[in-house]
Amino acid sequence: MKSSVIILSFFATGLLFGVFRWFPSILMTYNISFYVLCLLMFSVGISIGNDPTSVRQFRNLPPRIIFLPLMTIAGTFLGVFAVSLFLKNRSLTDCMAIGSGFGYYSLSSILITQYKGIELGTIALLSNIIREVITLLFAPWMVKYFGKLAPISAGGATTMDTTFPIIVRYSGQQYAIVSIYHGFIMDLSVPFLVTFFCSL
Amino acid sequence: MFIVLGFMVTGIFVGYLLRQHKISFIHLLIITLIWLLLFLLGVEIGANKTVVQQFGVLGFDAFLLASAGTFGSVIFAGLLWLTLRNKNIGK
Repeated sequence: MKSSVIILSFFATGLLFGVFRWFPSILMTYNISFYVLCLLMFSVGISIGNDPTSVRQFRNLPPRIIFLPLMTIAGTFLGVFAVSLFLKNRSLTDCMAIGSGFGYYSLSSILITQYKGIELGTIALLSNIIREVITLLFAPWMVKYFGKLAPISAGGATTMDTTFPIIVRYSGQQYAIVSIYHGFIMDLSVPFLVTFFCSL
Repeated sequence: MFIVLGFMVTGIFVGYLLRQHKISFIHLLIITLIWLLLFLLGVEIGANKTVVQQFGVLGFDAFLLASAGTFGSVIFAGLLWLTLRNKNIGK
């Protein structure tokens, strides 16, 4: 819980700085966060390569983990289905299309705006940003109560880039390969599933 | 995205080459960079006019869908985790 509070406070401070524009414009024009992410991924790589046991740990992973993307999809659909019962002004297929973004907000919001208009596209953008943020903030809590696969499922399509470092930090280095595999499969499925639910 | 993965693969290679030397500060560097990245993510979201302006109107629906979808997948991942653990205990 303590780590979630630290993470939350960094994020919240950032939000404040963003809303009140307390930052030099160079931060946005040069996309500094991308370079920080690259440096972070490089560091995570070093920590994996530097640990002599990590390769052995990959091999000890149970083969059943390949079904994790299916669990992510099924769990998301069930959750979204339950909520759609309470959202009277949104159809089930609209909700499913938004859920099918799995945190991949740039692609899913563009697709949904194209197919269904700006309002649903904006909900898709917000909803999928929130999914990424929830994963980043609550990853330690998820590991504690739902096991080491939980933050990977929560991260959806983002688990091979933005949420990857935090997953490796809290689930452990042997789950790095699971996180990348999961992110790759989910990335591929986003355009198909979003298009499918928008066409219904 | 593949650029980002390329950085990690390069890191693994560098870490492997240096495996005789324990790079003990790397975990401290990782957590510091995670905090920095979360701060920057906050700045980006906070500075995004569309997100901030629309949040009051569409944010509630978006929040419900996001948290339900995330929670559903966390539960299902937990179920898969349980089957793995039970198998290991049985061994």
